[in-house]
Amino acid sequence: MSETKEQAPSVIKAEELNPKFKYEMSKIHGAEKIMLCFQCGTCTADCPISRFSDFYRPRKIARMVQLGLKDRLLSNDALWLCSACFTCVDHCPQGVEIAGIVRALRNMVTKDKGIMPLVYKELATNLLKSGYVYAIPESRHKKRVDDGLPPLPKPNLADVSKIFELTGSAKMLENAKTFEKVKS
Amino acid sequence: MAKPKYLIFLGCVVPYRLSSYEISARKVLDKLGVELVEMPEFNCCGLPMDPINHELMLTLAARNLCLAERENLNILTLCNGCFSSLNETNKMLKEDKKLREKINGYLKEMGMEFKGTIEVKHLIYVLAEDVGFEKIKNAVKKPLTKLQVAQHSGCHVVRPAKYVGRDDPENPTTLKELIRLTGAECLDYMDETQCCGNPIIGVNEEVPFQMAKEKLAHIKAVKAQAMITICPFCHIMFDLNQTRIEKAFNEKFGIPVLHYTQLLGLAMGFQPKELGFDELRVKPTEVLSNI
Repeated sequence: MSETKEQAPSVIKAEELNPKFKYEMSKIHGAEKIMLCFQCGTCTADCPISRFSDFYRPRKIARMVQLGLKDRLLSNDALWLCSACFTCVDHCPQGVEIAGIVRALRNMVTKDKGIMPLVYKELATNLLKSGYVYAIPESRHKKRVDDGLPPLPKPNLADVSKIFELTGSAKMLENAKTFEKVKS
Repeated sequence: MAKPKYLIFLGCVVPYRLSSYEISARKVLDKLGVELVEMPEFNCCGLPMDPINHELMLTLAARNLCLAERENLNILTLCNGCFSSLNETNKMLKEDKKLREKINGYLKEMGMEFKGTIEVKHLIYVLAEDVGFEKIKNAVKKPLTKLQVAQHSGCHVVRPAKYVGRDDPENPTTLKELIRLTGAECLDYMDETQCCGNPIIGVNEEVPFQMAKEKLAHIKAVKAQAMITICPFCHIMFDLNQTRIEKAFNEKFGIPVLHYTQLLGLAMGFQPKELGFDELRVKPTEVLSNI
């Protein structure tokens, strides 16, 4: 992510804090319990990604949401490192769905800032074209016959497109800027 | 008891890359008396879209659920990811009236409505709950008593417990018991429940490779002859990417990765070539010489 290359300043300035952000977040499906986080750090201790990343720390993400550091969060590479294994969700003593909070923040980046990792744009484009997120080559369809497998179910592309329109994903995808990789 | 009948939801990864899983699953399920009906229509389960738009994921998943409701059939998935999005969406929409109304507002535009009349099950839960251990045990013709393997259930088949609620996420036993039915020994190893890392490989390779390397090393340490998976993403991480992981860390593993249905198929007396063994990247030579 080009704009996150600079190291975030370590000192938090009072004017960066947005006290309303936690309320905004707690209205989002999956992020409702953000205010219950009491910073015990179980999520980070048990996170398989945190072990191998210098800066992916779910506890820190939860604290930043509580403090209302929205701008820092939305330009933070760390958001894209969650593998959604849900270990944190199962282990949180307060029932906070950390992975749901990360997802809500990712959704905010794509919606509000209009950027997303290239891989998601590619998957979404395939989905719109074929109903499947991977472009299944003709050879695979032929091989199914040789393997004695039934033909793949047909997509309903009109409905897929409609779902993209209705959920605001079509426009978002069309205008999305992308970035390829994030460091860890 | 009536013969179990399911709509099979293949997902995207299995038809794109892992027909070995589909071939072997259809063989064993047929022999065990599970009737599979093809999806009348298909779109991706929605999971890969969750990071960019949660509502998009929910609506894509819900559309598939509506198709199954029309057929009045429960869904069987081969993929942990499809199980996760379809099962979670199904449960969320059943429980959360406000969310259901919202998603139904979208579905209405397609002449559909989510009613909450069906269930979604991963293959291993169909085997454990519908077929039953007794019947599987009786179907084993060639017990694989010379084999020692390690299991990797993966994440979404057990977590989050709130939505799955079938197996203990800290110590999942379903796959282990299913493995033992084949006559093979299922070895314990360190950090069995750790994620394969594959979901983030599109944005970062370093972390998933380290995670997968660690798991392969733990499995090698207990001298398992093979690793058994039930998710196409996990399978790709450990089989297709194993050579790359070996190169990246200059360490040799050579651990064959089998779909559970291939292991069960062998025990039921199918030939390796009937179960898609040719398609495995890490050649299971030692496994096949021990059956």
